[in-house]
Amino acid sequence: MRLAKIVACLAVICVLGAARLGLAAGETIKVGILHSLSGTMAISETTLKDVMLMLIEEQNKKGGLLGKQLEAVVVDPASDWPIFAEKAMQLLTQEKVDVVFGCWTSVSRKSVLPIFEENNGLLFYPVQYEGQESSKNVIYTGAAPNQQSIPAIDYLINDLGVKRFYLAGTDYVFPRTSNKIDEAYLESKGVAKEDIIVNYTPFSNSDWQSIVAEIKRFGSEGKKTAVVSTINGDANVPFYKELANQDVTADNIPVIAFSVGEEELSGIDTGPLVGHLAAWNYFQSVENPANEEFIKNWHAFIKDEKRVTNDPMEAHFIGFNLWVKAVEKAGTTDVDAVLKAIVGLETPNLTGGTAKLLPNHHLTKPVLIGEIQSDGQFQVVWETDKEVEGDAWSDYLPESADLIADWTDPVNCGNFNDKTKACGGAEAPAAAE
Amino acid sequence: MANATARLWIRLSLWPRLNLWPCLGLAALLGLVCLAGLVGLAGQLGADESQAEAGQVEVSAAEGGSGAEGVSPAEGVPPAGTGGGGGALAPEVTESLASSKVNDRDAAIEALSADPSDGTTEILRALLEGRLMTERATKGLFIRDGDGGLLDLTTGERLAGDGKNNLRKVGINNRQREGLVSAINNRTLLNPDPSVRRRAAAGLVASKNVDLGLISGLLERETDPVVAKGYRKILAMGTLQNPEAPADEVVAALGFLGENLTPEAREYMRNRAGSDEATIAAAASAAMASQDSQLEHIAFFETVFFGLSLGSVLVLIGIGLAITFGVMGVINMAHGEMVMLGAYSVWALQSLMPGQAGLALILAVPVAFVATGLVGAILELTIIRHLYSRPLETLLATYGVSLILQQAVKIFISSNNRSVETPAFMSGLLYLSDHLTVTYSRLYIIGFCLVVFLTINLVMRRTRLGLQVRAVTQNRPMAQAMGVNSRRVDTFTFVLGSGVAGMAGVALSQLTNVGPNLGQSYIVDSFMVVVFGGVGNLWGTFLGGLIIGMANKFIEPINGAIMAKILIMVGIILFIQRHPSGLFPQKGRAAAL
Repeated sequence: MRLAKIVACLAVICVLGAARLGLAAGETIKVGILHSLSGTMAISETTLKDVMLMLIEEQNKKGGLLGKQLEAVVVDPASDWPIFAEKAMQLLTQEKVDVVFGCWTSVSRKSVLPIFEENNGLLFYPVQYEGQESSKNVIYTGAAPNQQSIPAIDYLINDLGVKRFYLAGTDYVFPRTSNKIDEAYLESKGVAKEDIIVNYTPFSNSDWQSIVAEIKRFGSEGKKTAVVSTINGDANVPFYKELANQDVTADNIPVIAFSVGEEELSGIDTGPLVGHLAAWNYFQSVENPANEEFIKNWHAFIKDEKRVTNDPMEAHFIGFNLWVKAVEKAGTTDVDAVLKAIVGLETPNLTGGTAKLLPNHHLTKPVLIGEIQSDGQFQVVWETDKEVEGDAWSDYLPESADLIADWTDPVNCGNFNDKTKACGGAEAPAAAE
Repeated sequence: MANATARLWIRLSLWPRLNLWPCLGLAALLGLVCLAGLVGLAGQLGADESQAEAGQVEVSAAEGGSGAEGVSPAEGVPPAGTGGGGGALAPEVTESLASSKVNDRDAAIEALSADPSDGTTEILRALLEGRLMTERATKGLFIRDGDGGLLDLTTGERLAGDGKNNLRKVGINNRQREGLVSAINNRTLLNPDPSVRRRAAAGLVASKNVDLGLISGLLERETDPVVAKGYRKILAMGTLQNPEAPADEVVAALGFLGENLTPEAREYMRNRAGSDEATIAAAASAAMASQDSQLEHIAFFETVFFGLSLGSVLVLIGIGLAITFGVMGVINMAHGEMVMLGAYSVWALQSLMPGQAGLALILAVPVAFVATGLVGAILELTIIRHLYSRPLETLLATYGVSLILQQAVKIFISSNNRSVETPAFMSGLLYLSDHLTVTYSRLYIIGFCLVVFLTINLVMRRTRLGLQVRAVTQNRPMAQAMGVNSRRVDTFTFVLGSGVAGMAGVALSQLTNVGPNLGQSYIVDSFMVVVFGGVGNLWGTFLGGLIIGMANKFIEPINGAIMAKILIMVGIILFIQRHPSGLFPQKGRAAAL
């Protein structure tokens, strides 16, 4: 009796296992999705998971890829950086996915980086970031600093005549690196040291009274002043509320933000914020047939007309299309073959231009400056004439000025020193001996 | 075989001792939250529909408040097309306004600014306030007025608000906005209402291109002293900018600007301080020194106010905890979520009553008290009551409750933040002097904090419930012996503590994110305040909150926000080392616990 039960159980397990193996044995191509679905980052990252599911569904409707259906493998790293590494490991070694789309914060990317390099995985990273990095196994579909903060500062100086800069940021790697680059760039533009203030605040800072008062004082001394904000996440709402409370409006002191998009604005009463700025490579309000279709599909998929689209969603759209093209070109999902095929590929973006993948694993992107409107959308007030090439290593910091990344032969290096013609910066000469 | 039976007997004998109440309580709470969520969802759907209907009116009202200052949106000024007498707008103006590119707007703004008729003022104002609409297909232009109607600029006809769909707002950028504000300010300098002129004059002090001749002409006719002072500042700044101005005039201007704080003139003063003429250089340095000392005083006063307002927020979130943790000894990790639920009640009421943000906010105070009090009652009756003698289990159970509540909000409302409107009476600044301002919202919160604190104090000192609570706190067995139903007192105390947390949430909804994580960011702060102030003492919480707030704001300008937090934490740890029971240690038997 007991024996019979055990045998039955074993039989069931075997059948299930065989079915699973059979499925994995070549019926589908697995796409890993590594975005936090719980914790602080869930607000932003859940949307990206949804947009990936939408893109995969659309691709499957078109007949899949290489004659196979795509299968999404969704994991939840729970906004916890060590769990990001664990889940990445699980995706690559247990699930054996062919590609991973994921991460938002720079710390999460840094924590999965060694895993992807060790296991030769492929990660598409969709968020604007601080640069100073290039990995063979990562495709950076978000903006590098020269595709966001540098053009934004040019706009402030040239178009708005700004002479003083208050750099406000949350205390972690992206704002600190980004501000370092911005400061160096401002000094190269002849802005005096006393006209720049850099200020860092903790994550989810909620009391902005003193800082806004300081901004107000700094801006009242007769020179046109702007705030360059790398404030991230939850802290933005109380910051903008305090600005409105203390009557800091866009016409006296404009705030240009690098981490505030449509999604973030949907939680704020935007009436008092009209005219404050943001720099991105995509806005939902851009009038363009491709964009309108994307928005229509998104609303149909998520079944909510009020949901907004934003820049990282466009990055996933571009990244996914590039990967599909590369796989088709290579005829396989093998990472090395895909990486070889993907460099130089082009795909239309959603703002009417084309995104081209460069040898340094960054994209060409247009830079748009938008002003916040009372309906929570942005209105483009300035844009670059053509797409800007993403630069992994900033030219404005002395330690990285000579570095370039090039993942094509013969260089094949993430930090190639153009002057010494050596890979790996300072370490390379020793290796050459 | 015998072994197995023995094991079963052991398990059975343990059964009655295992207290399953907490588990049942958690399950019941979960069920209730789900139910509430569904009801909320249904309400939300209904509210969305009614909001959509009222949406248009609301949008135009909100924009009217944010754009031009103090100018009422529709004053019945005839548009250029009808009253201006010149027929329709010039075609190139229409073309430039209807274009989809913002930068094309420059030409129209220039042309309209040059034409001083009332009709153009109205168009400029509509453009600034985002009430100028265009129909892409026909290039028609319309002004939306306060009550949702549309005014067709080409025909001069008035249409009902829903007569046209497919309208897009004519967008402008910051540079154009600045130009519009100064063009409108220049025109409103002749407005009969002095308060409108005051704003216009203040706007002109900050702007760069002013017609000085016009200003001096206006100054002679001006009767309002504040406006006149604004004009004098503008003229004095004009003198400083003019390199040919005679020395005595420059000195007089510097003296005037030094006495009457004008930070905008700083740059010109700095230039004059390096002047070759000794009298001018000395006057400039004196003016700058006088400005500096005035600014220092202002900064000091501001810091005190900021400290008070941060302190009052800390006190508000601390009072509820002081009651539950301090008086009852319950470590309630779900306290932060009570605050969050209070904040959500503001959102719920505002979406149920679109267009009446202020009334909804005021109503939210009692609603939040009742709603969170109810959740508190359920929590107490089902979980905490069964765990009174086991503080560690209470901690874990309430932590579980806090996670359940957070997740429930994420599932049934949204994981995104909800937008809560600030009503008109709470937005804006109170001008104590030209340059010393305090924000109304913070002022209201300080007042609210005082009212809540005094009320709770009265309840504790003057009512029967308060007497019983204090009796139970001091000596439970003795109170029971005197006929106090200590269980009922516990329930009421917990309800009171939770309700107060909900009211704190109403205040916080005006300052920060209304989202599922709201509570978490304040739970540490509130424990800090209660422990620092002295467990079980309301006055301790009050003073503790204010001291922490003040200290934070005085350290912040010197060392930055991050260092301020660290220093405060270290300070409190050191203080607790010396005085383990906080600022106001409890006396009597309870102190021994």
